[in-house]
Order: sequence, then C-alpha cells, then structure tokens
Amino acid sequence: MTLKNNLKIALASGVALVAAATATHAMDMSGKTVEWTIPFSETGGSAKWANFFAPLLSEALPGEPTVVAKFMPGAGSTKGANWFQNQKDGGGEVLFGTSGSTQFPYLLGDPRVRYEYKDWIPVMASGTGGVAYLNKEHGAKFDGSANGLKGVKFIYGAQGATSLDLVALLAWKMLGMDVEPVFGIKGRGDGRLMFERGEANIDYQTSSGYLGGSAPLVEAGDAVPMMSWGALDENGVIVRDPTFPDMPTFKEVCEATDGCETSGPAWDAWKAFFTAGFPSQKIAFLPNGVSQDVIDTFVAGFEAVRSRPDFKDIAAKQVGKYPMFVGEGAVQAAKDATTISPEAKEYVVNWLSEAYGVTLQ
Amino acid sequence: MDAFLTALPALGDAFGLILQPVVLGYLLLGVVMGLCIGVFPGLGGIAGLSLLLPFMFGMEPILGLALMIGMVAVVPTSDTFASVLMGIPGSSASQATVLDGFPMAKKGEAARAMSAAFAASLFGGLMGAAFLTVFILVARPIVLSFGLPEMLMMTILGLSMVAILAGRVAIKGVAAAGLGLVVVTVGAADAGGSLRMATYDIPYIVDGFQLVIVGLGIFAIPEIVSLLRQDRAIAENAKLGAGWFDGVRDWWLNKWLSLRCAIIGVIVGVIPGLGGSVVDWIAYGHTVQTTKDKSNFGKGEVRGVIGPESSNNAKEGGGLVPTLLFGIPGSGSMAIFIGAVALLGSGSIEVGPGMLKNNLDMTYAIVWLLALANVLGTLICIAASGGIARLTTIRFTLIAPFLFMLIAFAAFQSGQNFGDLVALFGFGLIGILLRRFDWSRPAFLIGFVLSNPVEKFTNQAFQIASFRFRESTEAGLDYIFSPIVIVLLVITVVSVVLGVRQASNIMAEGDVKTGSKRAPLIFLFAIMAYLIASYWNASLINDRLIGDKIIPMVIAGISIAGCLVLLVQMMMKPETDMIFADREAYGEDATAPHGLWGTLAWFAGLLALSGLLGFIIALAIFLVTFLRVRARLSFTRSVLYSAIGIAFICFVASLLNRDFPPGILQDLVTLPWPLG
Repeated sequence: MTLKNNLKIALASGVALVAAATATHAMDMSGKTVEWTIPFSETGGSAKWANFFAPLLSEALPGEPTVVAKFMPGAGSTKGANWFQNQKDGGGEVLFGTSGSTQFPYLLGDPRVRYEYKDWIPVMASGTGGVAYLNKEHGAKFDGSANGLKGVKFIYGAQGATSLDLVALLAWKMLGMDVEPVFGIKGRGDGRLMFERGEANIDYQTSSGYLGGSAPLVEAGDAVPMMSWGALDENGVIVRDPTFPDMPTFKEVCEATDGCETSGPAWDAWKAFFTAGFPSQKIAFLPNGVSQDVIDTFVAGFEAVRSRPDFKDIAAKQVGKYPMFVGEGAVQAAKDATTISPEAKEYVVNWLSEAYGVTLQ
Repeated sequence: MDAFLTALPALGDAFGLILQPVVLGYLLLGVVMGLCIGVFPGLGGIAGLSLLLPFMFGMEPILGLALMIGMVAVVPTSDTFASVLMGIPGSSASQATVLDGFPMAKKGEAARAMSAAFAASLFGGLMGAAFLTVFILVARPIVLSFGLPEMLMMTILGLSMVAILAGRVAIKGVAAAGLGLVVVTVGAADAGGSLRMATYDIPYIVDGFQLVIVGLGIFAIPEIVSLLRQDRAIAENAKLGAGWFDGVRDWWLNKWLSLRCAIIGVIVGVIPGLGGSVVDWIAYGHTVQTTKDKSNFGKGEVRGVIGPESSNNAKEGGGLVPTLLFGIPGSGSMAIFIGAVALLGSGSIEVGPGMLKNNLDMTYAIVWLLALANVLGTLICIAASGGIARLTTIRFTLIAPFLFMLIAFAAFQSGQNFGDLVALFGFGLIGILLRRFDWSRPAFLIGFVLSNPVEKFTNQAFQIASFRFRESTEAGLDYIFSPIVIVLLVITVVSVVLGVRQASNIMAEGDVKTGSKRAPLIFLFAIMAYLIASYWNASLINDRLIGDKIIPMVIAGISIAGCLVLLVQMMMKPETDMIFADREAYGEDATAPHGLWGTLAWFAGLLALSGLLGFIIALAIFLVTFLRVRARLSFTRSVLYSAIGIAFICFVASLLNRDFPPGILQDLVTLPWPLG
C-alpha cells in the first residue's frame, strides 16, 4: 500500500466523518418521536424484532429521540403496507418494518397489494433461517436423503398456503414426500404444539423458534432434525446455516434424493421464495420522498447499533446469528427479497392452485 | 415425588426474590398502572404491556417481572368497574359479569356487586396461584393430552351454555347464537383464505369483525341509549343501597361456588388455544345451573357476579402454564409477555420447555408475584368501590356523552380504521334490536366468541381424523373418542338437557311484554335474509376449499331452519304470546321521555362528524352541543366539562401512544396532534 493510497483513505474517511458530523448536526432529533409501524399485531415475531431494536436505535440516533413500535395489523400485513405506501417524507418520524409475509403477497400478485417496494428506502435488514424436523418414528428412516420417506403419509400444521410455510411445503414436495398441510394455525408455535401432541409428524420452525422450543425435543429424542434451509453467501450460493453448521441444507438433501433436482423451474422457484422469506426477512424502510439527511442519519444510527460491542451477544437470542444489513447492504437485501423471475412466480402460482385450490384473484 | 423435592428449595428462592422492598415497590407500580388501564373498556393487558415494553430492555429480571405481572394480573379485576357501573364489558373476560352486575347497580347496589366481584377475583387469583405451584411440575403431559378433538369438545361445551341463556323462547336463542356464529365468518377464511360476505374493495371487512367492537356494540350501546332516554341516574332514585361489606359477605356465603368457578378458570386457562373469552360464560352457565332459585338471574343475582369473576382471575394463572412451559401464549397479553421476558437482563430467561429446568425459581417467582398482585389490586379496588359507586347516582345524561367518547376511542383502537366506528354503530343497532325483541344477546355473543374456534378445530380435527382413519378405523376412533372427549361429551349433554328444562325460568335480560305482530316479524325477516345471503355466498366457494364453506353453510342452514320454525309459530300464535316480545310496546322504554332514534342519532352524529373533521374536533362539537342542548347545562359549564373530557382522552392517548380517528379534513390539511 503506497503513501498516496493511505492519504486517499485518510482523506476519504475524513470527508466521511465530516459528512457524518454535518448530517448529525443537520438532524438533531431530540424531543421527536420516531414511530416504527409494524403491520402485524403486538404478539408476532416482527413485534419482537422491532421492540428489540427500538431502544437501541433510540440511543444511537442524534438527540436520542423516542423510538416506539406501533402496530397496524390487518389483511396479512397488506393493510399496514398499503398505509405506508401513502406516507410522504415524515422527516424521520415515520419508519416501517416488513416481514416475509409482506414480501410474499407482493411477489405473488395478491389482489390486496397496493404497495410498491421499489418506492421505499430500505435502511436495515436482518434475516433468519429455518429447520425442518421429523418425529422419532419417521426420523429413523431419514439417512441424509428423503428416499426412505417416500410413501410415508406426513401431516403438518400450516398457517396458510401463501404464508412463509410455502417454502417448507415446496421443499417437501420437491423431495417427493407426501405432506398434507392442516391449514389455519395462528403461528409456528401452534404447529410445534401439534407436533408435540403427535397430531402432526413433521414440522418446521424458524431458527429462534427451533432453538427455543424444538431443540429440547431433539435432545429428549422425540424429534429428529432433517435439514436447514441454509444461508446465502456473498455470491448468492446456498451454504450451511451458521447457526446449524452440522445440519445438512435442503440443497444437500435434495441432491442426495432421487428425483429432486437443484436446477430447473422448481428449484429456481424454491430458491426465489427462500431468498425472499429468510435471509432478508425483516426490513426497515423509510417512506418515499424522505431527504438524504434523514436516510444518512438512520443508516448511521443502525450502523452504530450494529457496532455496539455487546450487539452480538444480545442479538443472538433476539435475531439469531445472522448478518444484519445496513445502508447499501440493506438496499441489496431488499432487492433480493422483492425480485423474482416471472417463471418462478408462475410456477408457484400454478402449484398453489393445483395442490391446494388457492387462487390469487 | 422427586420433582417436588427439587421444587421446595426453588420455592424458597422465589420467596427470597419477591420479598424485597424494591420488588414489592415495582409490583405495586405495575398494579396501579394495570388498574388504571383495566378501567378503560377495550383496553387491557396488551395495551398496558406495550406501554412497558420500551423499559424492559436490560432491566433487572425480577423487577421487570414484578412490573409486568402486576400489570397483567389486575386487569381482570379492574375491568369489573365498567361492567358493573356502566354495563359495558370491560374486557372480553368480564362480559358475563354485565348480566347481573349492571342490574345490581341499577338497584343501587353497585358497591355490593363490585366488592363481591373483587373478593371473588382475589379468591380466584389466589386459587390459580396455589394450584399452579403444585400443578406446574406435572402439567406438561396433561396439556399435551388436549388435542384438537378435546379442544373442539371444550368449545362445544361452551356453546351449550346457549341452552341456559337462550331466554324464554329457546329457538330464538339458538337463532341468535347462530347469527353470532355466522357474523364471525365474514371476511377471509383462516384456512383457505376464501372471502365470505366480503370483497377486496372494502379491505376493512376482509379482516372480519373484532370482539371488542361487537362486545361494546351489543352490550354497551343498547344500555347507554336506553338509560339516556330515561334522563335519570343509573341507580333508580339515585340512592345507594347495600355497601361494600355486604358484597364481601355475599362472596363468603358462596365460597364453594367461587372455588368451583376458579377451578373452571384454571382448567380453561391451561389449555392453549381456547382463549379467555369462553371462561366467563362457562362459569356463568355453571352458576345458573347450580343455583336453586333461578328467578333472579338477569335482575341482579349476586351469584351471577361471583361466578364469572372467580373464574377470570384464575384463568390468568392457568394461562401461565402454556406460556411458561411451552412458550405458547394463551392470550394476546401473554404473547407480549413472552417477548418482553426475552428482553430482560442479559436475556438468560427464555420462556419455553427449558423454563422448569433452568429457571424454576423464576417460574415460582412469577406464580407468586401473580398471587401478590391480586391481593394488592383487590385491596385497592375494594377501598375505592364505595366511592366510585357514587357514579351511579349522578344524572346519566351527564355521563353518557363521555361514555360515547370512551367506547368510540376504544373501538378505534382495535383496527385504527374509520370502519371500526361504522362497525361499532352497526353492532350497536343490532344490539338495540336484539334487546328490543328479546333475542338473547348473551347467546349472540357466545356464538360470536366461539365461532372461530369451532370452525378452526372442526376443520383441523376433521383433517387429522380422516388421516388416522386411512391408517385404520381403530386409530381414527381412538383419536376422536379419547377419554377426555367422552367426559366432556357427557357434561355437555347433561348441561344441555338441564339447560333446556330450566331455560324458560331464566330471563337473563328481564321480563319483556309483547306488542303487535308487525315489528317482530320484520326483524325476523331481516335476520333470515342475512342468513340466507350468507348461506348462498358460502355455497359459491370452490369445493376444493371445503373447509372455508362447510361451517358457514351448516350453521346458517340450522339457523334458517330455526327461523322458519319461529315464523310458523308466529303465524299460529296470538300477538299476546311472548314470542312477540317488544320493549317499545310497553314498559320503561315505551314511556321514556326521549325517543330511541333521536337518542341514537346523537351518537351517529359524533361518528359522522369524526368522519368529516377527525375525532377530536368532532368530539368538541358533540360534547358542547350535547351538554348544552340535551343536558341543558349552561354554556360555560358545557364548555368546561367538554374541555376536561377532551384533555383527559388526549392524556390517555398520548400516554399509550394511540391515535384518534382522522376524518376527511385530515386528508386535506395536515394538523398537529391531537387534531390531525
């Protein structure tokens, strides 16, 4: 590295610092209230996510404004998202948080969707993973491939065909497994309870749900982990989930299973919906038309949250050991979460209508 | 036995944790906040906990727990105030309290009703905690033995309470319950997402109607309007009779009833998925069945207050079992509680299967904080009840506009949509008509409360059962007819048979005289038209999504059949028969100084103005005009009272970080809070 280069870096960081400092000066938020609207009820995972970040963000923003989570549930989160679409500017007092359940209706062309992700400004995103597991009896037949599970009748407690559960249902279908979903449960916790009662014999949980509720079942020998959905590396390739390094990914199981292909329309569709639903599941947005100052302030704020020395520890329980994206990273994450090819969309829409009679008109 | 030996030292540790002055201080703070929030109809544990959440991050675990438990534990205690004093169900868990509590207030016995309720609440809360101390160690397998068929059976047992509360014409009660069941199916179905009696063009309806709004509409609005027409105080002659001491004695005389209802509360609370809204109805039904002289129910029978109130506090204790042991919230407030616990301290407490192993001392601390919070809350409430009971001696015309303000605000909180206010008015109208023609409102509400569980459990249990039957017939039968199901089935059958035999003696809403044939007939036709439309609408759903159509069609079908029977009876019987009950024909309502529609128009005016100018501006106009014109106060006083009322609601809203309904004006210009 030459002196010239060093100087360049020093200069650049100096400029950045000054820029950050001016931004901070321009945006003193003391006495203000940032309302972080969550389009779900107070009781869901997104509420937990926002409530975790809110006090940290408050400390990190200039002038320590009050940051409160507000809840606007309804119509599978499309109501809140439609509301946010009409918010203008807000001067940093309007923040919005989406989840996979906001992304999926958008991707599937749900008639209730009157919002456009491309209009919004992502400032932070965080992801999670998922783990599928079997009961003791059928877990014994699992050998890293699903070949031994063909012909077994599975029953699964599901929230709805167009929810995040479609990632699990599609994965099992691709493995040639016969899984009958019982629709209408209210959350994955209810699904786990159904599994514990022996009414369901297969289940999936997001990472935190698995660690909290299902891992003890595995320890006790009542459940056998099957696979994680995996995680994406920088190149967008599916690798093992850092939270579950010893567990094979769906990709590995698929490769080992007769008749399951990791290319072609089915695989592309699965990967597209997995990407939209998990690695960048929850995204914080500022509304359309907000000034660059506000954007910079929030990006710097979330950056400060992320670089807290104790962040890793306190975040592990709340948001898992997954990367948190800020600024440019969040923009990319939001793009990944809300773009799918027309083929992938068509495949899933057809499958939903053929397998479950669900039409999206 | 081993389990109990390990539990003893943990129990000791728990007491060590709790009995520190600072912990007790936080508990008291939580209790006071919980009481204040619980007094508001429509606001409960969820609103309170959301208020505390921002402070939980990194807080010392035992202090945070004390604050939160204090808050959650006393909400079902203080919601009694609204139920007894105003006839407004303070929360979904105290709907049944209204039936006898409010008539007692009308007799001038508000203090007695409230202190009986508080004593029962305290006893229920303590029973819940005592029961949990032992039960929590062995609860896991018992909770797991309640599968879908068992939960469905519990729900049907709840529905069977309609038989007791159906009123004098049983078939009317059945039709009212059916109507309640069908009204809930409006919106997108849980299972397949099909739209029922809804369109995406009106997004509000797609979500269906919320219990808070229906409860307020069906019970509160008819009572407020009816009282307002009389232009007098709630307590007849504006005098207070029996005081708080009588209430405590009433509870003591009925302690065994209280005990049984507390046990019902714990059991219903322990089962995840049933929710708290059923428990007070089951307890009320049980109370009626086990009372020898049933003639006073609905007219101010103190047992009708003690039963439900014993059960709803016990339910909170029971509800901790699925929350702590499985990490599955038994109610909305418990769901926030789970999230908040994870924020405490270093996040080392995680609610769920590991709780008993890793945090048994914390588990016991939670259980006994709950008990202690109940004691504190009850003492404060009993001390306050004598004074607060005086509210019933104030001229009601001065209270009513503020009640309209409160219920409109509360209703708006459920969906933050103007549609909430329209729905509130719509259900208010239905409630007024049900009351007028003596169709059982409790039956309607039970149907409404239990509709979702009935549909969900039926569909899911059916799917799993058919799966088992494909395995073998034996496996299928084993699944459906488990010992628990059979026991519940027997209880249900006995309760229906007894209920039907006794129902004609129980007038849960008082005696109603008959009038002409025309008005009751028109109302019957309107209900039938709605039911037929629902049936037809559900029949259009794709057969692939049978789960979305079967329940609305079956229930609507049964209700239509019930209405047809009624129609035939109406044609056969003379107009003096009780089937033609009509409150407007004879009695208090008929002779009231103010008309029904004129009185209701005031409320409609408030809502319409809100739609135009936003809630606060509308409220200012409404309050001043009402107090000046209807209550005939001086202009200065009208303005003063209105200002106090508005300042109060703004204070509450800012504290809880809530918005007011905006109107068209707010779309056009940006106004500062609270106007905008």
